[in-house]
Amino acid sequence: MIQVSHLTKMYGPRTAVQDLSFEVKSGEIVGFLGPNGAGKSTTMKVLTGLMPATSGTANVAGFDVFEKPLEVKRNVGYLPENPPVYSEMQVEDYLDFAARLHQIPSAATKAAVAGAIEKTGLGDVRKRLIGNLSKGYRQRVGLAQALLHNPKVLILDEPTVGLDPKQIIEIRQLIKSLGGEHTVILSSHILPEVTATCERIIVINRGKIVAEDTIERLTTRLKKGLIYSMTVRNPQPAAIDSLRRIPGIKAITAEGARVGIEIAPGAEEIRDRVVETAVKAGLGVLEFSAERVSLEDVFLQLTTIENETTTTGA
Amino acid sequence: MRNIWTIARRDFRAYFTSPIAYIVIAGFLAIMGWMFFWNLSHFNLQNLQYQQFRMGKGASITEGIIRPLFGNMNVIFLFLVPFITMRLFAEERKQHTIELLMTSPVTLTEIILGKFLSSLLLVGTMLVLTLVYPITLFLTGNPDLGPIVTSYLGTIFLTGCYLSLGILFSSMTENQIVAGALTFAAGLFFWLISWASQSAGAVWGDVLSYLSLIGHYNNFGQGIINSTDVVFYLSFIGIGLFLTHRVLDSFRWR
Repeated sequence: MIQVSHLTKMYGPRTAVQDLSFEVKSGEIVGFLGPNGAGKSTTMKVLTGLMPATSGTANVAGFDVFEKPLEVKRNVGYLPENPPVYSEMQVEDYLDFAARLHQIPSAATKAAVAGAIEKTGLGDVRKRLIGNLSKGYRQRVGLAQALLHNPKVLILDEPTVGLDPKQIIEIRQLIKSLGGEHTVILSSHILPEVTATCERIIVINRGKIVAEDTIERLTTRLKKGLIYSMTVRNPQPAAIDSLRRIPGIKAITAEGARVGIEIAPGAEEIRDRVVETAVKAGLGVLEFSAERVSLEDVFLQLTTIENETTTTGA
Repeated sequence: MRNIWTIARRDFRAYFTSPIAYIVIAGFLAIMGWMFFWNLSHFNLQNLQYQQFRMGKGASITEGIIRPLFGNMNVIFLFLVPFITMRLFAEERKQHTIELLMTSPVTLTEIILGKFLSSLLLVGTMLVLTLVYPITLFLTGNPDLGPIVTSYLGTIFLTGCYLSLGILFSSMTENQIVAGALTFAAGLFFWLISWASQSAGAVWGDVLSYLSLIGHYNNFGQGIINSTDVVFYLSFIGIGLFLTHRVLDSFRWR
């Protein structure tokens, strides 16, 4: 449904996106993950035809974004970073206008507007001025606008920004329900967001793809080592040093009574030796627990590794 | 065509959901009403004096009322058009709603023409409201219909030029005040450019007086439709809208 190959976008001398290539299959929900300024929005703007790429091609719903922008726009629903809503319009009038812009036949306009209001839970505010709505509702109006013409592809730039926790859950469920029928790309710098809704994530940083996989595989693949934490009664430096000598230990950090232990991948079996050594050295083990590597860590790892390589390379 | 209308309709309504339309129309009608009253009473007084002292025929209604009335109207539009056009693109950019338009299956040309049409419709509404003055004249006297019709036509063309300038400046900035101020300055420039033509050389004098917006109105005011004037106004509007297209398109590339 979406093919992007060697996409590069420069803003003057600044490269926003560099040699990006990826593919999204029909019905898939893909998450774009990256820190602020990584090039997520730029990529999305290119995909919607809002901005031309400096080089490379993008194909959406079977049409080249540059050659056939109108065809692409017909098949794409887009929610930009800032919901493109007119504050002086009523919700219903605004959606009616958006429906006309998307050339929905006048006979079907009413049903389309009602459907979008229903899906995004805007029923209570349909006659309200958008300018008087909260950020969360405005975001939903923006989302309703993107869904209105039942597009094949939905491009959502940070769809849950500004929503309260209950609304976030609702919108996530809505997005999940859209998968299968629609192809969805959403961007976020919040990980649980992506974990909750997407089947596959593309991590981008500094305009480049640094990882692209399913969430499970990404977390396991990127577990560089296992981290454990131990709380001790007598944190004597000499005793802690004895832990460092155990083969398979990558790093030991001592911070007061808390000792952080990083074990090299594949050496999990030395855990009992660690505890044994600690007890023998007289540290007095109070607690020993595994620190789970979350997607958050993976994300930070990925993006910081990338930063280090680029700074040393430059 | 349907797309142009979709955009024009929304923008025309937006004028009336904000106070802009009401303020502009009220201000316009107040000033015009005062001007009409003043022109009419001055004209009556003059005619009375002519009759009393048997100085022959006074000025016609066309010369005495219609021409000064439309002349004043054109000046008032110079002041009011910036308020009409300044929001058209500047506000869309500030509110980010331009992204909705740009990602909808409508062309940039359709967007611009829609905006132009909406502002022209507002001006049209204002002009329709001024019909009360010629109607008053027809009820109480016998003015020539021709010059009235051509005066309206000329005013539409002339105001269309201001609108086109205003839309161009509105597309250049997110700041409505800046857009409005530039529109006013540019409108005034093209208005007064003919002054310089008198002191410039023969060739430049011709060029400058050709470029003068008001110079091309004179014929319309006298009841004459000259194709040169029509072509000038239409090209002026066309160039303004074309440049707007270039400006908006260039933002995509940045």
